[in-house]
Amino acid sequence: MLTQEKQVPALPETDTLLSGGQALLHALVVEGVDTIFGYPGGAIMPIYDALYDFEGDLKHVLVRHEQGGIHAGQGYARSSGKVGVVFATSGPGATNLVTGLADAQIDSTPLVCITGQVFAHLLGTDAFQEADVIGITTPVTKWNYQITDATEIPEVIAKAFHIARTGRPGPVLIDITKNAQLQKFSFQGYTPCNHIRSYRPKPIVRKEYIEQAAELINSAQKPFVLWGQGVMLGSAEQEFKAFIEKTGIPAAWTIMGAGALPSDHPQNVGMLGMHGNYGPNVMTNECDVLIAIGMRFDDRVTGRLDKYAKQAKIIHLDIDPAEIDKNVKTTVPVWGDCKETLPLLTQLVEAKQHTAWLEQFREFEQKEIDAVIREELFPSSGEMTMGEAIQQLNELTKGEAIIVTDVGQHQMVACRYAKLNHTRSNITSGGLGTMGFALPAAIGAKFGALDRTVVAVIGDGGIQMTIQELGTIMQSGIDVKIMILNNQFLGMVRQWQELFHERRYSFVDITSPDYVQVAKGYGIAGRSINQREDLTSALQEMLSHPGSFLLEVMVTKENNVFPMVPQGCSVSEIRLK
Amino acid sequence: MSEQAPIEREEFNITVYTENHIGLLNRIAMIFSRRKINIDSLNTSPSEIEGIHRFNIVINETEEVVSKIARQIEKQVEVLKVYYNTNEDVIWQEMALYKVPTDVIAEKAKVERLLRENGARVVVIRKDYTVFETTGHREETDNLIKVLQPFGLIEFVRSARIAIIKGSEGFNRKLREFERAEPGQEVIENEFLNSREKVFTM
Repeated sequence: MLTQEKQVPALPETDTLLSGGQALLHALVVEGVDTIFGYPGGAIMPIYDALYDFEGDLKHVLVRHEQGGIHAGQGYARSSGKVGVVFATSGPGATNLVTGLADAQIDSTPLVCITGQVFAHLLGTDAFQEADVIGITTPVTKWNYQITDATEIPEVIAKAFHIARTGRPGPVLIDITKNAQLQKFSFQGYTPCNHIRSYRPKPIVRKEYIEQAAELINSAQKPFVLWGQGVMLGSAEQEFKAFIEKTGIPAAWTIMGAGALPSDHPQNVGMLGMHGNYGPNVMTNECDVLIAIGMRFDDRVTGRLDKYAKQAKIIHLDIDPAEIDKNVKTTVPVWGDCKETLPLLTQLVEAKQHTAWLEQFREFEQKEIDAVIREELFPSSGEMTMGEAIQQLNELTKGEAIIVTDVGQHQMVACRYAKLNHTRSNITSGGLGTMGFALPAAIGAKFGALDRTVVAVIGDGGIQMTIQELGTIMQSGIDVKIMILNNQFLGMVRQWQELFHERRYSFVDITSPDYVQVAKGYGIAGRSINQREDLTSALQEMLSHPGSFLLEVMVTKENNVFPMVPQGCSVSEIRLK
Repeated sequence: MSEQAPIEREEFNITVYTENHIGLLNRIAMIFSRRKINIDSLNTSPSEIEGIHRFNIVINETEEVVSKIARQIEKQVEVLKVYYNTNEDVIWQEMALYKVPTDVIAEKAKVERLLRENGARVVVIRKDYTVFETTGHREETDNLIKVLQPFGLIEFVRSARIAIIKGSEGFNRKLREFERAEPGQEVIENEFLNSREKVFTM
């Protein structure tokens, strides 16, 4: 990429004359940024010009589309726990970020996106590549701001990182006009921000609520824990485990929470929601105390709200006060970061074992194994299933890989069956359900966790939405394993059409290119299989290949993901077939 | 939907204290538009403390919806505090201006009685028109429209509602303490907008 040897610029002395672009990059270095995903263009060129001198400190990954850039930023943030940074130019560059911003907003992913903007004197004149980026991104950002003067840069960037990473994390967008990037100003140093007067990232923990919650938990006969991504966002995996193990309460997860407790933990009773496990869904309407930790009662988790856990007293632990009572009415709200609240709660709860109650989950699990899981993972028919591909992957990775999924049937199958030994190992588009997420997110996830194996599991629909990012893999040389589960359909839509639209398969029959040839064109090795006997060897080949590898697995066409809570039904009406 | 009991909505006054920040009005308005809730009245103006603005927003909704919206507004980075109250819990006023032809009003109407009965006052008297002002609740300001319409009302304007919360112990003290501890920042506007002709850039 860059051919000349360069010195890494040290943070300049105060009173040094810097351009806005240089000041921005110095700020990123101080904030600990090591990787930027981006795409240059006219209105962000001064920043890219300054970036030419920062090669040692800031690695820039040239993506093929800004949407790929922001999903990569999300993947990076989710695997590393750090803030993802994305650059894009004005107008179309910035509008291409919108999908990723909405995705990051709903999944609470910390991002700082820097967009170039036309010169300040051209704002509002429909100038070339001008779009009202602040207006467009307001509903999909935690905060955004437009800089028209370079002197604003250090303070605004410091605020941006503080807002993105604290409290309930989220995406921040900073739009910088071209004159501000070029403008030289007397640099007065860079101080990271740790306080904004009108911003309260964490609510004050109220002890009386902790006490009330502990009392409810101690008196419960059938308590049940639901956990979400909040456990990981708060880095509270250990605190969560300690709480679970002391109380002996069975715990189920949302897809955003997958991996915070290892898959094989004896109290991990499975996945919640529309395609979750049978037991946790049914038992939600059986428990007497429901303890929701860092999850937001999404409609894909609750089904019909008027029939959701009506018998239970509900304790909700969340950092965002706006989540309390938003969907499900809470008996005891525990406001706060679960890293702080969980240990306080653990202190007050009695050590117990809910053996009989836990056994009930196991009974339901057996029922689900008999009805669904065994046939999905070890099919008796000739054609391969998505489940057995994931099962074989589990055998070979032993739960050590990061699994990045796209959206659709394969996502539900992968999330249901993937074995995860570690936190931050399941990266998926949970809230927005963005097809095209997985390939770029996997690239970002690998940059965020270079020592881990990253496997992107993608459907034949999703891969075609951002397939151009194979070019990013080619150019950056990053090692990502791409597993396409090809059922020659937009499978989840087809499943719904089958179940709820009388098999009227309206435009779900999707043709694929020869993926192996496509990968080859990008210099990426690949293989396609359609026979069961090749599955293990092909997966072994993919995992042991030095560098990226694309494996296409042809799976049975009209397979459905079960169990399923049909839309408009209660979670206890979950169908096994 | 038709089988459900009718939803009981009433007027709520949402009071929002915010930083003075470009774009925040948009951010707050979107919280309503996203849920397809109509804003009946919206007033925003500087509060008694420099740099802190006070919004008064009136919507017709259920208490449950209003409380959720209030939390969503308070979640915004630049928002300091949100209260919501029913009409019984606030003292509120709207101001209205009425422009009528001076000759007609002077000839035909008994101006003095008209003003007294409606609690109005004259703001401007010109040869061609006179402007009256009245302040009060909606029905009061509506009354004077009815009275003046026959005399050739030329123009009418009503302000958004402003409201003071009866039960609050006064946010003024808290605001002042706040401002003392951390003074607000100046709004940075675009100073380059008017220099178009002087700049040639690509």
